[in-house]
Formats: sequence, structure tokens, C-alpha cells
Amino acid sequence: MPMTITEKILAKHAGLREVHPGQFINARVDIALGNDITAPIAIKEFRNLGAKKVFNRNRVVLVPDHFTPNKDIKSAEQCKIIRNFAREQKLTHYYDGGDVGVEHALLPEKGVVVPGDLVIGADSHTCTYGAMGAFSTGVGSTDLAAVMITGELWFRVPESMKFVLKGRLNKWVYGKDLILRIIGDIGVDGALYKAMEFCGPTINKLSMDSRFSLCNMAVEAGGKNGIISPDNTTEAYIAKRAERRYKVYKSDRDAVYGDVREYDCSEIKPQVAFPHLPENTRNITDVGNIPIDQVVIGSCTNGRMEDMRVSARILRGKKVPSHMRLIIIPATPLIYKQSMKEGLFDIFLGAGAIISPPTCGPCLGGHMGILAEGERALATTNRNFVGRMGHPKSEVYLANPAVAAATAVKGRIAHPDEVVGKR
Amino acid sequence: MEIKGKVWKFGKDIDTDRIIPARYLNISDPKELARHCMEDDDPEFAKKVKSGDIIVADKNFGCGSSREHAPIAIKASGISCVIARSFARIFYRNAFNMGLPILECDEAVGSVSEGDILKVDIRKGVINNITRNEKYHAQPIPPFMQELINEGGLMKWIKRRLTTS
Ligand code: SF4
Repeated sequence: MPMTITEKILAKHAGLREVHPGQFINARVDIALGNDITAPIAIKEFRNLGAKKVFNRNRVVLVPDHFTPNKDIKSAEQCKIIRNFAREQKLTHYYDGGDVGVEHALLPEKGVVVPGDLVIGADSHTCTYGAMGAFSTGVGSTDLAAVMITGELWFRVPESMKFVLKGRLNKWVYGKDLILRIIGDIGVDGALYKAMEFCGPTINKLSMDSRFSLCNMAVEAGGKNGIISPDNTTEAYIAKRAERRYKVYKSDRDAVYGDVREYDCSEIKPQVAFPHLPENTRNITDVGNIPIDQVVIGSCTNGRMEDMRVSARILRGKKVPSHMRLIIIPATPLIYKQSMKEGLFDIFLGAGAIISPPTCGPCLGGHMGILAEGERALATTNRNFVGRMGHPKSEVYLANPAVAAATAVKGRIAHPDEVVGKR
Repeated sequence: MEIKGKVWKFGKDIDTDRIIPARYLNISDPKELARHCMEDDDPEFAKKVKSGDIIVADKNFGCGSSREHAPIAIKASGISCVIARSFARIFYRNAFNMGLPILECDEAVGSVSEGDILKVDIRKGVINNITRNEKYHAQPIPPFMQELINEGGLMKWIKRRLTTS
């Protein structure tokens, strides 16, 4: 039976020759991830069941990135639970202090996740690793506890949707805009329970960082996973990092899809998602005059090197207005260091930005940039739900780093061309 | 499993930040979480809910984050069951894994009003609206999910498998 890449990875990990959409399977998990919000609950369940040891200390990954550096006593207590657990279980992949980064930027960078893996994470944006040709999906804390104990988990094989992306990208258009455009098109539940497979000439030319942004937001369309078949770009990225041997899967030519959608990407302009759902997207040219109080550049969606460089291109020699809070958060220590080395921090600081240590921070309204009543932020993050970044009566607009940087300079949502001029 | 309670109605795409805002995610105690359940929509919600009450919502209930704090807060607030047109997938998993009964039923969502009294047979997926004297049939729950409910959630299911193997 012909299969999609998602079905192939699931079948392999379930020890089956083939699987079909709707089938319930029990599958072996390669990597299981938890953070400072979700892991404490999983650890409690782990202990309740009387479990003593995780199934494999190299395969359980804990990253306290949401409320760290500990923002208050309660979050410090949550982090302590996972810190102690990581030490007790001698976990190889526990990242704390100066080693911590936003989990979904950190794991690929460290080569912890490799192509062909089956990954679960007690965090909805675990779907990010699909960019490397892994099956990767977000689950809850109880699921994480189950995997920590047994190394396996139940799955319902999803039906696959294929997104064929063609055409050359316009200037200032990145992976973020492609996925915002798709979510705007199919809605926040347009891919509910489904695998979103991205392919086509545009994807083949897309950078790894843009692929991560793209797959990162599959969950924002309700998708179970986003996935891109590995190619030369993937291999170049992973070859020097992979800590295990990996396997490359590709969809069969005659694999069955519930839906196939084609996009001409040369028509896609930078996108802005209006409050309070990621599906409320508009072209940057149709936004109008929207004053902004705070710009956040960072997160598991857009806190990578490409995002730092794009932001710097716009901010070079510019200064943000005095009422603007521009917060830039390199997603990992390596990105932080590299940005510093390339002189990007001089540009950011010169523009009047605040540079935060790697953390989720304001993305989930945690800390490091909370909004007051009535304030508006534009962020490169992935969710603009009611109250996501602070007060229930604040607003979040989503966009790519170029739009974010231009917005910071102008004090209102702005097209990058307004700041750097057409070249 | 039979449930009887009063309906609290919500709209579509109720995300996990609305069920339990992130500012409370530094807590994991169910009772404390329950106090803040749905608070940005209705600050009095936790006080008004009585044990056994039922949430009826439109499509894509529980979208957004994977936080199990959301179904935990709902369950600990006394809500006995959530009925919606559809659920976001991680919420769906979490609810079954931790033993919060949920049903998908277009008909009920279209006909039920806030304050109605429902009697729900989870296993059969039959929803009786006592107030309106109507009956709705929910989507059947897949056999594996039935098994999880019967077992009392994923951890109990695992425990049984570990002790019998
Ligand atoms: S950066 Fe935001 S979306 Fe990503 S893992 Fe952190 S809180 Fe979640």
C-alpha cells in the first residue's frame, strides 16, 4: 500500500508494515520532551504509578524555558521539581541556566532530534521538528508520563493533507508568511487531527529556519503534525549535528491524501494576523494605521539566526520611538552568541532594543514584557489569543521579523520597504 | 456512566488560554487552578459552577496549548462533561487520558441553551435535554477511547498492562 511520510514513520515505530488513517496504534517513541509547565505534572504521575526509572535517560528531554530565569517563587518551585528529577534520573539532555534555550529551537540545534524520528512533547509546538522530516507532535503531561515510563504511546494515525507550494517568494516573505497565509485560508481548525505535509519547488528552496517556522505553526491550523521530506538542505543542516544515525522517509508518489492544495507563493505578501486568532490574516498592504506599543522578536517560531539577521537588516542605523518597547529574544545560547559575534547586538542596542536572554517569556504572557490593559503588541510569535501576552484587554498581532522590526521603527504596523526603501 | 447537570454555554474556538490563562501555569494544584477556570470570560465562573454541571461549546474547543492544566481546571471546577461540535486534538487526548468525559455532538450544540438541564449517558453517547424534553445522539467514541474511559484514564491503563505483562 502506498503511504505518506507520516504513515511510514508511524508504521515503522509501531512495528507494522503499513498503517491507515484512523487506525489506533501503539508506537515506540524516540524523543519525549517536557518543559517547566508540563513536566511537573508528568513527574507527579510518574511517581504516582510507582515508577523508578525513565525508559531511557538519553531519550527524555527536559527544558525549563517558559518561566526561566525563574520569574517568581511559584515558578521556581516548578523548576525545582524538574531540576531534581533530571539530576536523579541522570538525564543526558537537561538544559538549565546558561544552557537553556527555547525548546523547539534548542533540540534541532543540538541534534537531539533527527530525521525519521517519532517525537512527542508535552508542548503543542513540538510539531516544529517536522521540518526535519520527523513525525513530531504535541501531547499532554499524562502522555509524557506514559512515555517516560514505557517508551511507547498510543496514536491515531492522521489523514494527510498535502500543501504544494510553487513560485518564487517575494522580498520580505518567509516561512512565517506561508503558514499564516495557509491558516488564514483553511482556518484554525482547517487541519484538525490531520498531518500537514508541505512540498513543492518553494519548499525545496526554503531555508531550514523558515521551514521550522512553517511547521511550528501547523498546530495553529489544528494539525497533528507538520512535515517536510528531508532533502539536501536538511542533510546539510543535520549532518554536523545529529547525535544518532537517522533515516530519511519520503511519501510514495501515489500516497493517498484527504486534500491537496496548491499555492502560488509569488502572490503572497507579508502577512499580519489580527487579534484574536491566527486565522485573522491580512496582507501587510491592507492593514491600515495601527499604532503599536510593544514589538517582540523571538519565540520558537521566529527566534532563530535568520530572524535575527533579518531584524538587524531593518534596524541598522535606525532608532525606535521613545514610547516603543522593542524586545528581542534570541531563542538559544548559540543564537545569542552568534548574533553577538556578527555585531547584531550593536545594531539592536543602537536602535533602542531590549535584548532578553533565551526564554519563552512574553510569548505566553509569562514574563519579560507583559501588556497592560488596552496595549497592543506585534510579535513574531505564533498565538494572538485573548490575553495571550498579558491583560485580557490587550491585543497581539502576528507577523514575520522584517515586519516586526519595521513596525518597531515606525511605531505602527509597517511594511519593511517603508523603512529600508525599495532596493 | 450517567451525568446530570446544568449547562454553561460557550462559543467557538475557546482556546486553552481562556480556559486557564498562562499567568496561572506556575501552579499545578487542581483546586487552585479550578478557581481561575474561564476567569477572563466570566470572573465568577468558578464560583457559579456546581458539581455535575456541563459545558456546551461550539467547534474546536480547547485549541492552543498542550497544557493539561486546562482539562484539570475544568474537571476540578466540578464540570462533569464537555459537549462540543469538535475538540482540538491535544485537548481531546488530554481529556481521555485524565478521565474527563467529552462528547462531540452538533445537534446538542445547536439546540441547547445556557441553564438547560441535561442527562448524559457517556457510554451510549445519548444526551437527554430534560428542560426541553429533547434527545440528541453524540458521535460514537472509538473503542480504544472507551477502553481508556473504562480503565479510568491512561495511567491506570498502563498500570494494568505493566502488571499483567
Ligand atoms: S516560545 Fe511561545 S509558543 Fe514557543 S514553546 Fe515557548 S511559549 Fe510556547
